Amino acid sequence: MNKIQINDFLKQKGSIIANGIVTNNPVFRLVLGTCPTLATTSSAINGMGMGLAATFVLVCSNVLISLLRKVIPDKIRIPAFVVIIATFVTLVQMLLQKFIPSLYESLGIFLPLIVVNCIILARAEAFASTNKVFNSALDGLGMGLGFTASLMLIGIIREFFGAGSLFYGSLAGIETGIQIEALADYSLNIFVLPAGGFLVFGLLMALINYLTDLHNKKKELKAEAKKEDALKEGRKEDLHIAFKEADLKEKNDEASIEDKAKADDAKDALKNALSDGTLNTLAGEDR
Amino acid sequence: MSRYLVSSSPHIASSRTTRNIMLDVIIALMPAVIAMVAIFGFYPLLNTLVCVGFCVLFEFLFNLIRKKEQTVGDLSAIVTGIILGLNLPAVVPIYVPVVGALFAIVIAKMLFGGIGRNFANPAISARIFLLLAWTGVMTSFVAPLDWSNLAENNMFFTVSNVFNIKMPDLVTSATPLAHVKEALELGTNPATGINALDMFLGTIGGSAGEVSALAILIGGIYLLIRRVIDWKIPLVYILSTVIFTAIFYSDTGYVGEYVWTYLLGGGLLFGAFFMATDYATSPKSPVAVIIYGIGLGLLTVIIRKFSSMSEGVSYAILLMNIVTPLLDKIKVKPFGGYPAYKNKDFVDASAIKGRALGVWNSKENMLSDLAKGIEEGGTNG
Repeated sequence: MNKIQINDFLKQKGSIIANGIVTNNPVFRLVLGTCPTLATTSSAINGMGMGLAATFVLVCSNVLISLLRKVIPDKIRIPAFVVIIATFVTLVQMLLQKFIPSLYESLGIFLPLIVVNCIILARAEAFASTNKVFNSALDGLGMGLGFTASLMLIGIIREFFGAGSLFYGSLAGIETGIQIEALADYSLNIFVLPAGGFLVFGLLMALINYLTDLHNKKKELKAEAKKEDALKEGRKEDLHIAFKEADLKEKNDEASIEDKAKADDAKDALKNALSDGTLNTLAGEDR
Repeated sequence: MSRYLVSSSPHIASSRTTRNIMLDVIIALMPAVIAMVAIFGFYPLLNTLVCVGFCVLFEFLFNLIRKKEQTVGDLSAIVTGIILGLNLPAVVPIYVPVVGALFAIVIAKMLFGGIGRNFANPAISARIFLLLAWTGVMTSFVAPLDWSNLAENNMFFTVSNVFNIKMPDLVTSATPLAHVKEALELGTNPATGINALDMFLGTIGGSAGEVSALAILIGGIYLLIRRVIDWKIPLVYILSTVIFTAIFYSDTGYVGEYVWTYLLGGGLLFGAFFMATDYATSPKSPVAVIIYGIGLGLLTVIIRKFSSMSEGVSYAILLMNIVTPLLDKIKVKPFGGYPAYKNKDFVDASAIKGRALGVWNSKENMLSDLAKGIEEGGTNG
């Protein structure tokens, strides 16, 4: 593989991951998995834990479903997916219970409920069951990271306003985060309550929609400007291509007399166009 | 009220503008403000002024930043501020009204599109937000001020009280409804230790502006006379509360006592006259209004009896506000069409400056307005 091929490869794989994190963010764009989003984000650590657990399940189940995509009969694919997902959820549950019991306790019922998490089922159905293994793994990773990032963002905001702390808690016996003493008394308790979850979720969604609109508008303006430029440049490019082709043929000595004549014409046309400035007036005529 | 009402002609001109109506509401709120000062002193007045000031400021800033037409001039932010101030306990730290104003104006009102587009009453939303955010502060009600012995009560103005969320040295007093709730749990007579005259005049513990039934009734009657609010909403709300109280408490043996303590205690009257009647968040057609009122009464009594809280008016109004778009699907036939109901008094009168209001007119008014509208060619609005 040469450099360009590697670049293209990375670009393609990167876009699969970016699709999950930004373009099709499961929480804010696809609005999937809202129940765990609202229920487990009362603190940043809980949000992150939930997100990472779901990511693990998502990647593993995507890989296995993709491997078995030609074996699973179409009519019973959903039960098959659920069995595969449930296997990995059980794994995560046991691992968390053993190594991070505090997180296991605080996630409670929402940990086993990952089995029926819309995001995981949706990715199994929409992506893993029709795509190759490596791409499916990347899609699971992207979607999982998008889910984790969204949950962490909501969790940070809720924890800061609701309890006056940042990432406060313990993970596998290690104390994490800080408790801002000055804020503790003044914290707005509503943000830790379910009502606060809806509030932060809604406001963030509004903000993200606003920013997306802004971004799209800018993109449109840019695209329009580019189009105009392209129309102007278009004529020039055509001539360049003709010139290059002619040049190549000449060098390879394969060219017939007609070809040589054509090449000369192209060269002349380009030279004339570049010198007398008719290029701009010709621009876009034949487009 | 909605700013634009899309309807076919004929249109009727009315001198009613948002500003006029809001001015009427402010006048109607004045008796409650005066009663608040007489009962709790000047500190709650300061709180109310902070509410009003920051409501107007936030609306101004929001419009400025979002490059929208300034809407501060319609006085609705001032009304929201006063109602929010009257809804707070008499003594709260000074930043509580600021946060309340921020929530009421920016989140409950402006983010949804400003006046007429808010899904719930901004003041109610802010009160519930504060109640859930700082429950301790929002439920510590002080006893009425003793004007003959002011020296002991000057704690209202000390700096430590104004800025400390824990509010040391505060003499709290149980509200009549908390007392009633206790009596319900014990099975005793709820009216023992409660004086009906005190509750009518307002010398009881409670939210600063909600305690005096007398002052609220004066303001409410003013609004009814000026035809600012729909008389059906407070009437149906209060009546249904009375009826549902009688039904739900029929097995306690103290039905009469429960009815009058529930009528005069808490925020029922204030909510019924000033908050449930908000144009944007109450339904328009007569049938829908009656369903709305019954829903309010039912929810209030259910929350008062079965929840852990002793008061349910604000939650009831918030919940019915959310149901209002559904109730509005019960339609009145447009003016000029066949009447949907026997009551033909409902007129869609589009107001000047493109602001349209649903205004309740008497039959005579309607006819004269119609005549005027025909003279003008029926093209305004």
